Parts: sequence; C-alpha cells; structure tokens
Amino acid sequence: MTRAIFPALKRPSAIPGFGLALGFTLTYLSLIVLIPLAALVLRSAALGPAEFWQLVTSPRTLNALRVSFVCSLIAASINVVFGFVMAWVLVRYRFPGRRFVDAVVDLPFALPTAVAGIALTALYSRNGWIGSLIEPNGIRIAYTQAGIVVALTFIGLPFAVRTVQPVLEDIRRDLEEAAATLGASRAQTFLRVILPALVPAILTGFALALARAIGEYGSVIFIAGGRRDTEFAPLLIITRLEEFNYSAATAIGVAMLVISFIILLTINLIQAWSRRRFGSG
Amino acid sequence: MDIRIANVRKEFGVFPALHGVSLDIKSGELIALLGPSGSGKTTLLRLIAGLEQPTEGEIYFGNENASYKSVRERNVGFVFQHYALFKHMTVAENIGFGLRVRPRSTRPSRREISKRASELLDLVQLSGLEKRFPAQLSGGQRQRIALARALAIEPRVLLLDEPFGALDAKVRKELRRWLREIHEKTGHTTVFVTHDQEEALELADRVVVMSQGRIEQIGTADEIYDTPASPFVFSFIGESSVLPVNVESGKVWLDERPLDLPAGGMPNGPARLFMRPHDVEVVEGGPGAIPGVVSLIRRHGGSRRVDLEVGARRDRIEIELPADFNRGTSSRIAVRPRRWRLYPAEA
Amino acid sequence: MAEATPPKHSARDVTTEGPVVRVVLIAIALAFAALVLILPLIVVFTEAFDGGLGTYFASLSQPDARSAIRLTLIVAAISVPANVVFGLAASWAIAKFEFWGKSFLTTLIDLPFSVSPVISGLVYVLLFGAQGIFGGWLDAHDIDIIFALPGIILATIFVTFPFVARELIPLMQEQGTEEEEAAVSLGASGWKTFLFVTLPNVKWALLYGVLLCNARAMGEFGAVSVVSGKIRGMTNTMPLQVEILYNEYNSTAAFALASLLALLALLTLALKTVLEWRFGDRITGANGH
Repeated sequence: MTRAIFPALKRPSAIPGFGLALGFTLTYLSLIVLIPLAALVLRSAALGPAEFWQLVTSPRTLNALRVSFVCSLIAASINVVFGFVMAWVLVRYRFPGRRFVDAVVDLPFALPTAVAGIALTALYSRNGWIGSLIEPNGIRIAYTQAGIVVALTFIGLPFAVRTVQPVLEDIRRDLEEAAATLGASRAQTFLRVILPALVPAILTGFALALARAIGEYGSVIFIAGGRRDTEFAPLLIITRLEEFNYSAATAIGVAMLVISFIILLTINLIQAWSRRRFGSG
Repeated sequence: MDIRIANVRKEFGVFPALHGVSLDIKSGELIALLGPSGSGKTTLLRLIAGLEQPTEGEIYFGNENASYKSVRERNVGFVFQHYALFKHMTVAENIGFGLRVRPRSTRPSRREISKRASELLDLVQLSGLEKRFPAQLSGGQRQRIALARALAIEPRVLLLDEPFGALDAKVRKELRRWLREIHEKTGHTTVFVTHDQEEALELADRVVVMSQGRIEQIGTADEIYDTPASPFVFSFIGESSVLPVNVESGKVWLDERPLDLPAGGMPNGPARLFMRPHDVEVVEGGPGAIPGVVSLIRRHGGSRRVDLEVGARRDRIEIELPADFNRGTSSRIAVRPRRWRLYPAEA
Repeated sequence: MAEATPPKHSARDVTTEGPVVRVVLIAIALAFAALVLILPLIVVFTEAFDGGLGTYFASLSQPDARSAIRLTLIVAAISVPANVVFGLAASWAIAKFEFWGKSFLTTLIDLPFSVSPVISGLVYVLLFGAQGIFGGWLDAHDIDIIFALPGIILATIFVTFPFVARELIPLMQEQGTEEEEAAVSLGASGWKTFLFVTLPNVKWALLYGVLLCNARAMGEFGAVSVVSGKIRGMTNTMPLQVEILYNEYNSTAAFALASLLALLALLTLALKTVLEWRFGDRITGANGH
C-alpha cells in the first residue's frame, strides 16, 4: 500500500497499521473536505476572471463583505481587550466563582449558534431586558450593525481568552521578581516584561476570533434582521443560493475563503516568528 | 555593604521556614548558604532581597533597617536559578533593563545605557553578543548575562540562587572559577545559595550550613570540615561513618569493650562516634582498637575503600586504605580513628 | 540610625497588583462574563418557560418538534461515529509515524474550522445540488442528497470533522511510541496493540473530543441550513426548527426547543469541566473550537 508506493517518504517503524490508517485518513479527508472544496474552486474558475471580478465587486457583495469584515474586526478587538482581562483574572486571582467563570468561557463553543442568536435578539430587541433599557435613550442594537458586533463578540470570546490563558499560566514568576529586583514598578513590569511575552498569543487570539466571526452565520442572522445595511457575507451567500444564483454564491464563497486563508496564514506566521525568536509558541 | 540578619523568623501559612536566624555578613565577603532542599537557604536569600517579608526579626543593610523596604528600594542584584532572562529582549536590552526603568531624573541616556551594557558584557566575557536573544544562547552564557544584568544596577549586595544548578558539570566548574574572579574584581558583598558542598567550600569565604530552617554552623571551609559543630554538619559535609557507642566514666565503650578514645566532657549514656573514611587507620589488634570483619572491598581512585562490620549489631563503617591492602573479605582487622567526634545519641 | 517602625508587611508581594486594581479587574471580568455569557443563557430558559410548564412540554411534543429532535439524533448518531473512526485513524497515522508531509496533513485536518459553515453547506450544493456537478446524474437515478438526510449528514460531518482528531493528535504525540513498540515486541498484533495499549491511554481525550463533536453536530445551523431545504417534519433539525418557530413569532416554542439545545451545551460544558479537573494533565488537546 502506501508503504510500497512511497518507500523513502516514511521512516521505518516497528508499529504496524500505517498504511491502513493513513490510507483511510487520506480517503476520508479527500471525500469529505478536499473534493468538495475543490468543487467550489473549480466552479469559480469556470466563471472566468472577468465575471468573477464583476460578481465580487458588485456593490451589494462589497457591502456585505465590508459589513462582515468591519463588524468582525470590532468584535475581535473588543474580545482582545476583555478576553485579556478575563484571562488575567482567571489565571492570577482567586475569587469566589472563578471556576464557574472559567467553565462558562467555553459556552459559545458549546451553545448552538441559533440558540445564541435568538437569545441575543430577545435580549437586545425593544422589549428585551437590555433593549428596553437602552432604546428609550436612543441606542438601538438589535437589527443594526451594533447587533452584529454583539453576536460576533459572543462567539469570539473563548478564542481570545483561551489563547492567552495558557501562555499567561506559563509565565514564570521569577521574571516578574527579576524585574522588581532591577527596580521596575509593577506597571513597568507589566508593560515591559509581561505584555510583550503575551503579544503573540494575543495576536493569535485576535486572528482566530476574527476568522471565526467573518464566517459566522447562526448567531448573527437573527439579531441582524433582514435589512440591506445589515446584510453580511454568509447571509448574502444563502440569499443567492435561494435565488439559484450559484455563480454569485460561489464567487462570494471564494472571496471569503481567501480572506480566511490570509488570516490563517497570518496566525501561522505569528507563531513561527515567535517560536524562532523566543524559543516558544 | 555589611548585612546583618537579626532573629529572622519566616512562616509560610503555618509552615515555619526559618526559626530565628541571625547572621552577620561583612562588606565584600563571599558567603555560601549551604544545605539540603527544604533547609530554608533560598528563603533566607529571598528575605535578604526583599522578595519575601520576615514574619519576625530585622534585616539591616549597613546601619539602615531594610526590613520594610520593598525589593525595588533595596537595590540588590539577584541572579535567579533559571536566570529569568526576558525572552523578548536582546542581551543588551536585558542588561540595560534596570537602568531603563529608572525614573527620568536618574535614568542614564540611551547611549550611556548601551555603553554600560557593553562594558558589562566585556566583564562577563561575552562581548559582541549584544543583539542576540536569550533563546540563542547556551545555558552558561545565559547565566553570565543574568549576572551582568544584576550588576548593571550597581547593587549594594549580589544574591545568587543556585547559580550553577541548571548547568552541566564541566560548565559548572568553569563558571565557579570565573565567579570568584568577578567577585575579586568587583568586590561586591555576595551571597549565594547552593546544595553542592564542593561548590560552597571551594568558592566561599565563609559557609553557612543550614538544616530545617536553622543555621547549623557558620565558618570557613576548614572550620566546617575539620570541626563540625553538629552531627548534621559532620554527616552533611564530606563522607562519614557513624558508630553507636556508650560513654561511661569518661571512656567510650563499643558493646562491652572499652575503646582507646577519651570521651572528653561527654555525659554518661549512649552516644554516636563520627569519623571520616580517610581518618581511620588499621592497627595490629590490641586493646582499645575497633575490631571488625571486612565485608566489601572496592577500588576507589588511588586507594581502596573497605566496608567493615563492627560490633554485635554488625554496624557498617567505611574506611579508606592504601591500594596495597591485600586482605580478603571475611578477614578480621582492627582499626582506630585518627580524628573523630562524639555526639550524644539521637533522642 | 533606627527609623520609625512602619507597620509590618508593608512591602507587598511584587508579583501581584494592589487590592484596588485586583478588585476592579475582577469586577470587569465578572461583569463582562455576566453580560456576554450568562445573560443570554438565562434568557433562553426564562423565555422557554414564559407560558408555564404546560406550554413548555406542549411545544416540545408538537409533531414537528418531535420530528426535528429525531432527525437531530439520527444525524449525530451517524456523523459522530464517522468522525471518531476518522479521528482515531488520523491520530494513529500522524502521532505514531514519521512521514513526509505530516504537518501539512495536520493543517488540512483543521481546515474545516477556518471555513464558514455556510460555505461548508455550499460546497455540497455545488456538488450534489440540482445545478451541481453530479446533479444531473443523481436526478436521473432518483437519488436525493441535497434537501434530504444525506446532505444534512455530509454537511454535519464536514463542520465537525476535526473535533476528535485534534483532541487525540497532540496527546498521542506526547505519549510517543514506546508503549506500542513494547507491545509489538511482546508479540501483540497491530490491532491488539491499538485496542489494549493506545486506546486506554487516550480514552478521556477521546471522550472529550466526542462530547465537543456531538455538541456541534446537534447544534450546527449554518451548514445544515444551506443543504436542508427546511421541509417541515422532514429535513428540519432542531436548530432549523428553532429558526422557523422564531420567525413565525412563536417565540415560546422556539425557546422551548432551544432550551433543550442549551441544556445539551451545559451538560457538555459540565462533563468537560469534570474531565479537565480529574484528568487535566492527560487531556492536553489545544484550545477547543
């Protein structure tokens, strides 16, 4: 099998089962992920560059992509700030309810996006607990781009917390003590010693939250409402599909795929850079 | 800078780490805190630095009571066991850190800071590594950078926690000699923690032997080795054998046999006889010698080590004999310690 | 030169902040967690029980609701085991052997995480939909994939693809190959080695991966929404039924069904927390997704 075909590509091992395991892995991966994704790329290639460009740069598509990107950027920024505070508090302090908060941080991973979506909408709409407090003051969140940001903040939070948390746990106490013996104040120790060590993790968390937010659909669709100015990219794909406009759906899909690959690549570059320089990810 | 530690007690929660420790360190001295893990030596070092606060007692820097000064205000150079270098800073930035974080009024200019960093790199013999990151250095190099960083703030005292603990044996020996040279060049009052007696005895002007939160003995290498103040020091420093004996009317008795060793001022009752393998000689029987049966012989460098079973309980003592010792196992010989110490039996 | 004696312990621990900063930061973290995480969760249950227990159970026993629950269970029962088998095979190959292209393969396995759920559905529509590549052939042979159960299952497998593998791979890599080599040297077959040596070593991480995979499989919305066609009583999974009820202004019924999914999420979190407390060091898989 694989071993016979690529004798030089695998280091010999006493353990059997490599051919079967890798063969199954590659077949399954190809059938479920690679071939379908290739279909998307093929389909868009069949459009030809001119038509593809025209579909992607149509005002409605551009607007949807912009809404997705800008709202995701804002949400990821909010998450970086508050996610950092949460990670800091969870790692550094002991207080009642700490373990509960630590567990609940993962809620957005576990809670189905549609459930989060209707819950957030109920919370921020005119009659909701928060909506009824802020709408009389002229602030609307539900059915506006602010609502999209709220939903994307919800789903992105765990990424921001969980990337920083382990790195913060690994920061040795003696680094801070060393800074103090050298005369640094607590603020200087934080800004010059702790924060720089966390920058790669913070950037990674930001990028992961951003990537997740750009593709998000379920939690956003309800709170965004059906208005044109809150139309975001995944919603537009679904709209185009419902119109049986596969070409437009494909073009938007490919554009989004390119954006997420750029983000993914950035994450890998950040981590490779930090490993090379500081000797750890 | 003289340092005086007066009756310092330290508890972590309810766990006592130090019980009323007092120690005077003279300006320019190189002091080793030596002891097994859990003896309180690192706690004492951290108390001097101000990284821990004493539960009771005072610490004086010169005439100044430093007990309530924060670690920032004490101006100590501390070298951490795992160096604690800042990974995201270059070597030069690490060394200059203590100067860069000073308030504007006392902060040297950028150029002075980098000049100082280069000078210190010269001192630790790592010139030219300014732009490297810690991850690109060997363990021994990191150790030197950590020392340079601590020296950069012109500390009143230099404190080192297990400075060579994380290095392999060869680098350790080199750095030991090198630290002594640096100390002679700069003249800083220096305190270092170690669990390695060879390191302590070879390097330090005076050695502080600690055990279970107490100081057992303070003295030069000779004093510690030749006149151990307690059974702990005798057995912790160097090699030793112990023989349970009895003291009666000024004489030492092994089982029913009187040994030819004066008991000095020891009160009557059970006691322990401590001796070192190379301080024991073979004698031709006779009264007063310790008779035993050879149970094991092995080559040990230029000599032989012999295990001897002694007395009714067949206690084992180890002695060092010339390589030409040619008796076999099970043969009977008699020995007499040239130097020994007698301590009361353990309660 | 004795100075006035300041109060004892005036110099505090240099590795933490003052009490004021600490309290403020804790307050910010708790407030943010309450606003962003806890409040939406509470809303789900208060809205679900808005009409009382009777209405709650009545909404859950509606035929459409029951068929949605059944469909969701079927989808999870097929897609989770499929990804378990894949996860075991992939982690065995990747963790226990050295071969060319290994890190690239690991990246490919994580790929579905970086693809929007909507695109995960879209790719299957492009393959099997009426205008898709195989659309004509499927139509001629009367096989339904899109707007039918197979499409829903495929989309679910796609979005839950990496869950099990990414929990197992880091753990199995950390455990190395010594135990397997010992087993083989003692005469065990590959299959027995896997069953009696490898599997027991990773069982908690496997359970953890299955939990996450299952939660996502039952809760997936975007991808399934694209391929389902949303035919009531036929191709509506629970999340899709929630959407339909909500859009029909039947908010109580929507939240009743949503509360079941929320319970599943809470259960998953609780089990995950328990597993982490008990076996923290043995479940070293990276951040969840």
